[in-house]
Amino acid sequence: MSRFRAAALALAAVFVPFGAGAAEQVNVYTYRETKLVQPLFDAFTKDTGIAVNVISASSGLEQRIKAEGANSPADVLLTVDIGRIDDAVAAGISQPINSAVIDEIVPAQFRDPNGQWAGISMRARVIYASKDRVKQEAITYEELADPKWKGKICIRSGQHIYNNALFAAYVAKHGESKAEEWLRGLKANLAQKPSGGDRETARDVAAGKCDLGIGNTYYWALMLNDPDKKAWADATRVVLPTFEGGGTHVNLSGVVLAKHAPNKANAVKLIEWLAGEKAQQIYADANYEYPIRAGVPLNPIIAGYGKLKPDPLPIAKIAANRKAASTLVDKVGFDN
Amino acid sequence: MRTAPGASDTELVALVLALLTALLVAAPVISLMLIALQPAPEVWSHLIAYVLPRAVSDTALLIAGVGTLTLLIGTATAWLASSHEFPGRTALIWLLPLPLSVPTYLSAYVYVDLFEPLGLMHRALGLMMPAAQAVQWLPSVRSLPGAMLLLAAVLYPYVYLSARAVFQAQGTDAIEAARTLGAGRFTILRRVVLPMARPALAVGVALAALETLNDIGASEYLGVRTLTVSVFNTWLNRGSLAGAAQLSLVLLGFAALLIAIERIGRRNANVELSAESPRLRSRTRLRGLKGGLAMMACLLPPLFGFVLPAAYLLGESLRRSLSIGIDPTLWRDALHTVTLAALATLIALGLGLIVVLAARWREGRTTRAAMAVAQLGYALPGLVLALGLLTPVLVIDGTVANLFRAFGYPSPGLILMSTGGAVVAAYVIRFLAVPTGLLRAGFDRIPRDYDDSARAAGAGRLVTLWKIDLPLLRPALVGAAILVFVDCLKELPATLLLRPLNVETLSTSIYQYASRGSFEDGALAALIIVAASIPPVIWLTRFSDLPE
Repeated sequence: MSRFRAAALALAAVFVPFGAGAAEQVNVYTYRETKLVQPLFDAFTKDTGIAVNVISASSGLEQRIKAEGANSPADVLLTVDIGRIDDAVAAGISQPINSAVIDEIVPAQFRDPNGQWAGISMRARVIYASKDRVKQEAITYEELADPKWKGKICIRSGQHIYNNALFAAYVAKHGESKAEEWLRGLKANLAQKPSGGDRETARDVAAGKCDLGIGNTYYWALMLNDPDKKAWADATRVVLPTFEGGGTHVNLSGVVLAKHAPNKANAVKLIEWLAGEKAQQIYADANYEYPIRAGVPLNPIIAGYGKLKPDPLPIAKIAANRKAASTLVDKVGFDN
Repeated sequence: MRTAPGASDTELVALVLALLTALLVAAPVISLMLIALQPAPEVWSHLIAYVLPRAVSDTALLIAGVGTLTLLIGTATAWLASSHEFPGRTALIWLLPLPLSVPTYLSAYVYVDLFEPLGLMHRALGLMMPAAQAVQWLPSVRSLPGAMLLLAAVLYPYVYLSARAVFQAQGTDAIEAARTLGAGRFTILRRVVLPMARPALAVGVALAALETLNDIGASEYLGVRTLTVSVFNTWLNRGSLAGAAQLSLVLLGFAALLIAIERIGRRNANVELSAESPRLRSRTRLRGLKGGLAMMACLLPPLFGFVLPAAYLLGESLRRSLSIGIDPTLWRDALHTVTLAALATLIALGLGLIVVLAARWREGRTTRAAMAVAQLGYALPGLVLALGLLTPVLVIDGTVANLFRAFGYPSPGLILMSTGGAVVAAYVIRFLAVPTGLLRAGFDRIPRDYDDSARAAGAGRLVTLWKIDLPLLRPALVGAAILVFVDCLKELPATLLLRPLNVETLSTSIYQYASRGSFEDGALAALIIVAASIPPVIWLTRFSDLPE
């Protein structure tokens, strides 16, 4: 029995001190990895004296907040893409942010018309093109289904959240039947069955398995800065593709204010701070992202891709077509 | 009736505790069923038309492949190591179970990195031929066969450990009788040893198969679209939690099938020890070529399942700690991990023993059902289990908080969620099948004559348990403790969703790096998981050796 008691005491000693006792605090549930957002929170605490408690996960946080109900310690939910924001709002765990600061800084296209969420930073879904084998400078998303690329394209699972959002944007722009036709064309152009992650995609292009890979901007920047993987980045160049008559598809990282936020004032303070110049500069430099705030300089690697022209489609329209996109991926057997 | 004093009270307590344990495991399943009650017809017509045919066949093939490979590797190595003497045997005995410590998703990352184009293998081949030609020679790791081999290389210890526990204590009478009749080693293996070990082998293979069914990280990364992957896509992209819950229940059905197959494997098996005490069989000495072959057979599985991934992680972490230094939070993460895992292991062993005892002491439908339910958790993918557990855990937390407030005290917050209690509960539920399965197989081999004689001599249930059963169960207890502890160290999805604020474990820390596409940065954390599993595995392996 004493062994159990000792273990219980040890457990209490290990876990209880965290999150308890601090005078001013804010609790963040995040889909972005802790290691990525911790520098931001440290800077926030330094600026405001408000301690930030964090939990990160890959899925299910909105279900956790929902189950926690009125007792939930969650103040802010931070997401990687529109998909999870949409889930959070649908689960009824959000409340309007009501911040004049956010309304001023974040372009209307990148926030909810009803104020339930706001975008904070962006990554673009781009093409890693082989330097040796691809001479074409500009490529459209539509063109990826062109038979001239037959057997030359690599991509991760069509159900992955980043591809899901890209395909949803396609559905929103062209309608379901056109999107289905496009997906079939893209599928027919794949060099191999979708697998791995964006980083494997870049590697496959570098190794000559395919000529074009579809991936996110920051993976490429990370590779360029890793001596082991620099060769993969060096063998490829990043092309910012566009929709015909539109711009480049972006993954929007966003914030939601939790419905029962116990530290609501601090939560709004954090959200506004994240859209501030200092935080936006950290997003740009440390995380290789595109800031949501105008006038913040890009990281030189990211700037080297050329000028990003985000597609003007309202993000809310993409959210509305996620399910249709997922259904089409199954229907055309994209991942098979 | 031979009834020792107090026996019926003890039996009753065990029965009640067993039923409570079953309720604990059933809680997330019931909560899933409630979610599944909401209709999701449009999801199903879609799933049936486009998703399930592929998902079911991929899952069945993967499980069949992993099951066959783990059975072959686990049985062969256990048989060689327990009844033969060959060069390197002593070292191999503790090396063989170590692949357990390597999480499947990590092994997938390592092998993809080593064998894909531009990796170590490619560069090595590049020394002999042009790089473009060398690409043709590389195996395709991201494929169904790749996934089978990869999973089998880390999962075979489930079979190895349960098989070894049995081979070691194998009744000697039958074997000596067979030998007197002129049977050779292989005949004895086929006609005597394997039939007697069948229940234990079935448990091991069932565990490996269930572990395969649970895997998401590795399958998804390797491009294998299993049913488990479909559950997540249904929930997250097809936007139907109800549909996902329904599909998880189908998965549970799959798992129930596996458990049923295990039962059939055990039926008609006359496996009780004879009434003489078990003693270790003398080992046959293999020399020369045979000895070398035996050594190779026992070396290759742990080489691929453990040595290679561990060496890779060691290399990566050395390079990183030399250039970047060690992340100071790592030690705190390690402490969290070991504390949670140790606590969950103790509780799971205790509850598993109770469930099995209740079924042994009071045979009947109720106790058999309790035991079946107690093993259900293993069939639930970690994240599904965590989702199912959210509601019951938070009902308890909410009630406690409200009670405090009702009596005028400040709310203690969400007790189970904020202390890690929810994570421990998830581990116990998830892995309870391991001690339950292994202890049951262990008890099956203890003749009831032992119990009956002890009790006729006036010993109560607990005394009999303590003096007779537990010593005989030692290999099973030890095997179960290793498996549960190491499983807890590796567990990722439930830990991610249920852990308290500001708490990272080693596996959640590795995940943070991996999802950024730089899993090598988490190599040190991964190495600590692997290293933390080594002492218990070695110590417990030694402990489980019967005295010679």
